[in-house]
Amino acid sequence: MRTPLRPLARILHARQEGLNPDAIEKENLRIRHEALREKARGRAQFRLVVLCASFVMAFGAIGARMGLMAATEPVEPRSRAPGAEIIAQRADITDRNGRVLATNMTTHALYAHPKVMVDPKGSARKLAEIFPDLDAKALERRFTDGRSFVWIRKVLSPEQMQRVHEIGDPGLLFGPREKRLYPNGTLAAHVLGGTSFGAEGVHSAEIVGVAGIEKALDARLRDPAQGNKPLTLSIDLTLQATIEEVLAAGMGMLNAKGAAAILMDARTGEILALASLPTFDPNNRPNPLVDKDAEPGDSPLFNRAVQGVYELGSTFKIFAAAQAMELGLVTPDTMVDANAPMVWGKHKIKEFENKNYGPLLSVSDVIAKSSNVGTAHIALMIGPLRQQAFLKALGFFEPTPVELVEAPGARPLIPKKWPEIVTITTSYGHGMSASPMHLATAYAAIANGGVAIKPTLLKREGPTTGIRVMSEETARNAVAMLRRVVTEGTASLGEVPGYEVAGKTGTADKPKKSGGYYKDKVVNTFASMFPASNPQYVLIVTLDEPQDTSLAETRRTAGWTAVPVAAEIIRRVAPLMGLRPKLEPVALDAVTAASN
Amino acid sequence: MRPVLYVLSFLALIALGFWAYRENYATQAALKEVQGLQRDIAALREALSVQRAEWAYLNRPDRLRNLATANFDRLGLLPMEPSQFGSAAQVAYPRARLPEISFSTDIQGTLALPDEGL
Repeated sequence: MRTPLRPLARILHARQEGLNPDAIEKENLRIRHEALREKARGRAQFRLVVLCASFVMAFGAIGARMGLMAATEPVEPRSRAPGAEIIAQRADITDRNGRVLATNMTTHALYAHPKVMVDPKGSARKLAEIFPDLDAKALERRFTDGRSFVWIRKVLSPEQMQRVHEIGDPGLLFGPREKRLYPNGTLAAHVLGGTSFGAEGVHSAEIVGVAGIEKALDARLRDPAQGNKPLTLSIDLTLQATIEEVLAAGMGMLNAKGAAAILMDARTGEILALASLPTFDPNNRPNPLVDKDAEPGDSPLFNRAVQGVYELGSTFKIFAAAQAMELGLVTPDTMVDANAPMVWGKHKIKEFENKNYGPLLSVSDVIAKSSNVGTAHIALMIGPLRQQAFLKALGFFEPTPVELVEAPGARPLIPKKWPEIVTITTSYGHGMSASPMHLATAYAAIANGGVAIKPTLLKREGPTTGIRVMSEETARNAVAMLRRVVTEGTASLGEVPGYEVAGKTGTADKPKKSGGYYKDKVVNTFASMFPASNPQYVLIVTLDEPQDTSLAETRRTAGWTAVPVAAEIIRRVAPLMGLRPKLEPVALDAVTAASN
Repeated sequence: MRPVLYVLSFLALIALGFWAYRENYATQAALKEVQGLQRDIAALREALSVQRAEWAYLNRPDRLRNLATANFDRLGLLPMEPSQFGSAAQVAYPRARLPEISFSTDIQGTLALPDEGL
């Protein structure tokens, strides 16, 4: 009930007493204000308490949830839609047609908890029976010296696992393991490289690439988001198998120490096959050589096609000829001085077997006959600076950008200074070393109409663009010259009917470690492209220390070793790629509809 | 009016509680089923990858080459050669089919048919 500010009784009473009735009103007003203030304060206090409580509750809930989440074991959410799950597997590697080159297999690792073993002695003996490479005594010692955990085997076959089961000791335990499997064995071993186990636990072990594309693209292969997408290489399994077969046969026949071949699509830079012999099995990668005196090339792990940095010999001559034509210095028919021997300062430049093709040769003949002197004169017309720039544009000054972990280490060996004598020797492929992969890339630029391509081991979609290093006409003339090398020059054994092979031979003496060159150890190379009228593929074949002993004299020139091998490869491989031979086969049983 | 509202809301509370209880168990059952299915999928996927690996292993070029050599008598398989490319003109026309001649009926007369062909 509201109290009036001026209650009549008290006002009248105060008037009678002669007091100021306003004082009563003021007093009442004060009491009312006080009551109002009291009420407002109570309400504010209540609000503050409520606010406090809700803050405490909210933060308390968050804190409790955080504590709960930190304390519990992580669980995969179960209600997620299928298909979105992460595959915790290393991605497969397939060839360009989807045939599997590398995949994963589930196996088991074997470990032991010796503390819970029933019969450590007997188990050790039985394990040594199953795995002959284990020593029963050593195993028994490890089981009984008080340790609580022992790794026994990293990978078991199902049969071995069954036999370990049959031992029946509760202390012998299995951990699941993913194992990298290369179903094709040694095929494309140098491309794939290999894997090994990284960090190992009881429940799983990580697989890490140790060489080849497995190491170069390790991050992509391990990326869980792309685990279900196989890595598609540009390699064609059928072509790879054929090339390895022919190359191995040729290597055996010519008593070569090693061999390498690269087949490349000249338009895209895709490497269709890359072989290096001797090879190895990536499923069971051999250990690298430890002997200090051993040459890296002695190990089967050595990838000759990419790591084999050699002087590539006369295969370089076409670059000098092409550049001179590009600069307008010569045409294919220009006559150049080829009078051997050529004397330059204290150096004497000779031809093969001290021949003399001179005094004058056309540029086209210089290439066809592989004249060192003729090439030297062409190179001198070009000059050191322009020669360097051209070789750089062709990629001879940098490691190849191929997706192999070995590629960046295979840096070409380039002379530090570039006087004119280096210009001369480089023009015919001496004094400067590069890998067969460099050569394939450079020849692909010629085959591709003068546009440089980037070599790759990954399948490419769509057309590729590159930098033009020479005009189309120069490239066409260069291919015509290379074609003449096969039709009437040093590579006459390279002719494959129907496929118009064009190419250049190269024979380089191997350098001694102590300096100088071996007299009887050579590296033979045949760099080729086919079909010459419209070059699509580039094939490089390199043989290490070959010799043809089929005739009375031992021959070591590329024309007798690498060229026939390359020809056989082209004869086998071209039909597999669907390349129709130019010569139409004779119509044998052409039937015409006719009645008798 | 008010007691009716209380009773109704109490009944609604019980109904909701019952519904939540059932949903909870239905969800747990569904999750369990999903888990089982996902385990099956994982097992099948693993089996698939093993079979794919085995297929690749059995189809490795080395083995196929050896098999082709071993069964050369029956299959006569040889590496592909450039000379095996043919042209459409080399494909023979199908043989013309003659109508079947049946002798079961009485021969009324003879009709001169060519010996072969059309």
